[in-house]
Amino acid sequence: MGLIQEIDYGTPIRVSEKMVTLEIDGVSVTVPEGTSVMAAAMSMGTAIPKLCATDSLEPFGSCRLCLVEIEGRRGTPASCTTPAENGMKVKTQTDRLASLRKGVMELYISDHPLDCLTCAANGDCELQDMAGVVGLREVRYAEGDNHFDAKHKVEKDESNPYFTYDASKCIVCNRCVRACEETQGTFALTIAGRGFESRVSPGGTDFFSSECVSCGACVQACPTATLQEKSIIDHGQPDHSVVTTCAYCGVGCSFKAEMKGDKLVNMVPYKAGKANEGHSCVKGRFAYGYATHKDRITKPMIRKSITDEWREVSWQEAIGYAASEFKRLQANYGRDSVGAITSSRCTNEEVYLVQKLVRAGFGNNNVDTCARVCHSPTGYGLKQTFGTSAGTQDFKSVEYSDVILVIGANPTDGHPVFASRMKKRLRAGAKLIVVDPRRIDLVKSPHIKADYHLPLKPGTNVAMVNALAHVIVTEGLINEDFVRERCDLDAFEAWARFIALEHNSPEAMEASTGVPAADVRAAARLYATGGNAAIFYGLGVTEHSQGSTMVMGMANLAMATGNIGREGVGVNPLRGQNNVQGSCDMGSFPHEFTGYRHVSDDATREIFEKMWGVELSDEQGLRIPNMFDEALGGGFKGLYVQGEDIAQSDPNTHHVQASLKAMECIVVQDLFLNETARYAHVFLPGSSFLEKDGTFTNAERRINRVRQVMAPLSGKSELDVTIDFAHALGYAMPRMAAAEIMDEIAAVTPSFAGVSYDKLDKLGSVQWPCNEAAPEGTPLMHADRFVRGKGQFVVTEYVATEERVNARFPLILTTGRILSQYNVGAQTRRTANVDWHEEDLLEIHPFDASERGIVDGDLVAIHSRSGEVSLRAKVTERMQPGVVYTTFHHPNSGANVITTDFSDWATNCPEYKVTAVEVRRTNHLSGWQLEDAEEGISLRRIAGHMSEAAE
Amino acid sequence: MTAQVSSGTAARWNDAVAKDIIDARRSEPGAMLPILHDLQEAFGYVDQSAVPVIADVLNVSRAEVHGVITYYHDFRHAPAGKHVLKICRAEACQSVGCRDLIAHVEQKHGLELGKTSPDGSITVEEVFCLGNCALSPAVLLDGELIGRVTIDDIDQIIETAARPA
Repeated sequence: MGLIQEIDYGTPIRVSEKMVTLEIDGVSVTVPEGTSVMAAAMSMGTAIPKLCATDSLEPFGSCRLCLVEIEGRRGTPASCTTPAENGMKVKTQTDRLASLRKGVMELYISDHPLDCLTCAANGDCELQDMAGVVGLREVRYAEGDNHFDAKHKVEKDESNPYFTYDASKCIVCNRCVRACEETQGTFALTIAGRGFESRVSPGGTDFFSSECVSCGACVQACPTATLQEKSIIDHGQPDHSVVTTCAYCGVGCSFKAEMKGDKLVNMVPYKAGKANEGHSCVKGRFAYGYATHKDRITKPMIRKSITDEWREVSWQEAIGYAASEFKRLQANYGRDSVGAITSSRCTNEEVYLVQKLVRAGFGNNNVDTCARVCHSPTGYGLKQTFGTSAGTQDFKSVEYSDVILVIGANPTDGHPVFASRMKKRLRAGAKLIVVDPRRIDLVKSPHIKADYHLPLKPGTNVAMVNALAHVIVTEGLINEDFVRERCDLDAFEAWARFIALEHNSPEAMEASTGVPAADVRAAARLYATGGNAAIFYGLGVTEHSQGSTMVMGMANLAMATGNIGREGVGVNPLRGQNNVQGSCDMGSFPHEFTGYRHVSDDATREIFEKMWGVELSDEQGLRIPNMFDEALGGGFKGLYVQGEDIAQSDPNTHHVQASLKAMECIVVQDLFLNETARYAHVFLPGSSFLEKDGTFTNAERRINRVRQVMAPLSGKSELDVTIDFAHALGYAMPRMAAAEIMDEIAAVTPSFAGVSYDKLDKLGSVQWPCNEAAPEGTPLMHADRFVRGKGQFVVTEYVATEERVNARFPLILTTGRILSQYNVGAQTRRTANVDWHEEDLLEIHPFDASERGIVDGDLVAIHSRSGEVSLRAKVTERMQPGVVYTTFHHPNSGANVITTDFSDWATNCPEYKVTAVEVRRTNHLSGWQLEDAEEGISLRRIAGHMSEAAE
Repeated sequence: MTAQVSSGTAARWNDAVAKDIIDARRSEPGAMLPILHDLQEAFGYVDQSAVPVIADVLNVSRAEVHGVITYYHDFRHAPAGKHVLKICRAEACQSVGCRDLIAHVEQKHGLELGKTSPDGSITVEEVFCLGNCALSPAVLLDGELIGRVTIDDIDQIIETAARPA
């Protein structure tokens, strides 16, 4: 196993139907029109020397190393900026070129320190490579000014926690500056000064204080050690690499995990990864240190009571104890008294086994997944309208969008790699409509400006989508051909009659949404008539009491305008976690087997009964909130939680904590002693994504391989733990490796029928459905017909949430996340990402702040009907008056102490996004926070270990 | 040329006025350079505090504004002295002794190129070709071109500048 080297074509490979044929060094080669001579040469294996060119960036033509001779042309044109043409005859190597290149290299090297042997890039330096390629043997310009000697050298910028900037090694090729612009779209870098003074600069400050978002694109593009990962400086170059999938958000970026022995030293975005195409963000690229953090628990532990100390035991004892407890609970309280929660962070194969354990081993359907609290309305809403519980497009499709409608999503923070793709399209001229209570970065950031920002009041999404639809229906903007051909006409007519009612007009809805009717009308016209229009949405849509209604409202909008079934359009959820799509696909809902088939369906049950050799219950099991309620009611006693921190992530913490305390046996399987583990009796150490084999399915239904790069630190794979647990319970679950489990999934799931590890290895990834009808998967759904047959319009009456503001709670709190942190922060808080965000802050508009005498940085108490916490205030005009905002990345912030029990009517997805609160200055943490900090220590003691402060 | 305006004729930096100056050109295409010229015209330099404001108004990054400002040496980062003396160092002037002039300015008056005198009376800078090669060595004093400059001329310029107005 060696280091995976990817081919660099020097300039992007163009897409064109027209091909051109030219001759390079006497060999004929055919390439798409628009391809550079450089890329054409590389496509036949001829590497023309280059420094400023790399195929993730547009050609630049500054280094003058890639000069070639072309018959019939004067001089020596740069091959990177010269497009290949029919009949061209190119020479890449002549004496004249050799001498020119040597001369150029000599000049470069005259201003470069000759410390190759001690340089961090040694072994991975293009400057070094090129010196070798051109045969540089001497440098005649020894004397004179340079950028590296004691007189000129400036201090290295080490302010970014993950990489350094050493100006003395810079050859000013501009690759980093262009990567920041073209690839990432942040424009945080520039060349400062001119002439000899020209240096890469993050805008006259250091990297950390600059606009840099630490995505790593510049580091990736740098051909020298100028921008260099600190991990490589510390450890040296890797010796082998494995392609795997990032375990952060639902974009599902492919990375090369670069290893030195069993140590991970670098995560490098993989160009062939179809979700990210070589790009990355600060989390996937750099924030992997949690995987080997000292807080990792690697030994199984048990305890009788949550107030006892944890006792480290053998795997056998831990699993045996858990099984005996579950058996005891089922004997005493009935078969339905236990259940499990699967994790969207785990692989498809792990999730599949856990739901199999529940259905076949526990003998009930009490399995749910964390998607309950995020995208369950997506599954429900898109299934009702289109027939499939998933997004309609692949990410690449956005490159063909003319109008992009972003609703309740903050892609630059939550899904940064996709946001970069979207921003690239926006810079190329696509129009943008943002529906969000906050002024998120997409509304306005360098070179991006929303054509319309509709800053609605939280909780009024359905009012907004109805108002948009009203304009489309009443102004005759319906795509009648599409509706007639593709949709159920009766349902359409019922919907159109409803939507046309005056109370759905933008003018009537203005009172609810707070958005001027004229803006809504203009935005609706743009969406309906601007060409290919695509909707991207996030948890700002789903986490509401009308989450499912809103999903269907957006589907209505797309169907009514014919924006479904081709490139550049569609309705696309931006999934929160790496495998939230997969965990839903894998049958971890209490009512559905894999592929979203109901447990009461006899034919489906029969398939599984045959495969698993047991009789299965046809009764729908408990959802997560039902489990909590039943626990308090005394009927639900045992819970197996794999890789999810419900005590921190689920709403109304008081209620969750009380429910957990009421259970008799909680088994937590996780990397860390998380908040839920405080209430656990058995702790089974989990494995990070680096330690496992399997697959993740991203937001575009793409099944990506996760490949093991190091052995599980706990000595046992999570798959084996689940299998051992099943055995201890008396269910003879066959012991299978990940690939065999996928084979079983394929055998029982029509939409996965064609999926196998062989195919994934061969194609890189596939998007389900992947079966006989679509052997290589389905990038684009509903192309000729909807999966459910006819598209189904659903009437979406706006019903205001029960959670109302009043004199006591006059502000609305809404929640979200930020770029550097991820969800409950269990991973990112254990990396240097905390440098960017060390605590959760309450964002508040200056008007609301001054009314309460609050200034930036004040500690403020936030009260809701559920509870109270204290956070520091950040006064910002991003907020609209009347709305405050916070994140939930730090456990002791207790954002969920204040969120309420309200939830989506169809799926119980919690209404995280709307909580009526009051905010006032304070000088102390809340009672809950103090008690929680105390319990964080007292309920986490491990026998024989020094007691540590709460994580 | 606005770049020749010294701070003696310019107002003190004022954020509100600067904002108005920037806003006045907000919808012009390619407004960055005209804005920078306007600011330098008004204040004699472009204060660092203008960078985020220009970036915001033109919807570009702060780094991009920084890149433009630093590319042009004539955009000042701090107010200049009351008078600005630019000494030409291009080929023609070098061939007739401008290096001696510069050495004299440094040795006799303690004025370094690119710096302002401690009393704030004069800033001395280098420039590359004033287009006055026939009358080398040439200097530019507060925007006024002077040819055939001698060491005596230089002494007089600097001494006059130092006198209170």
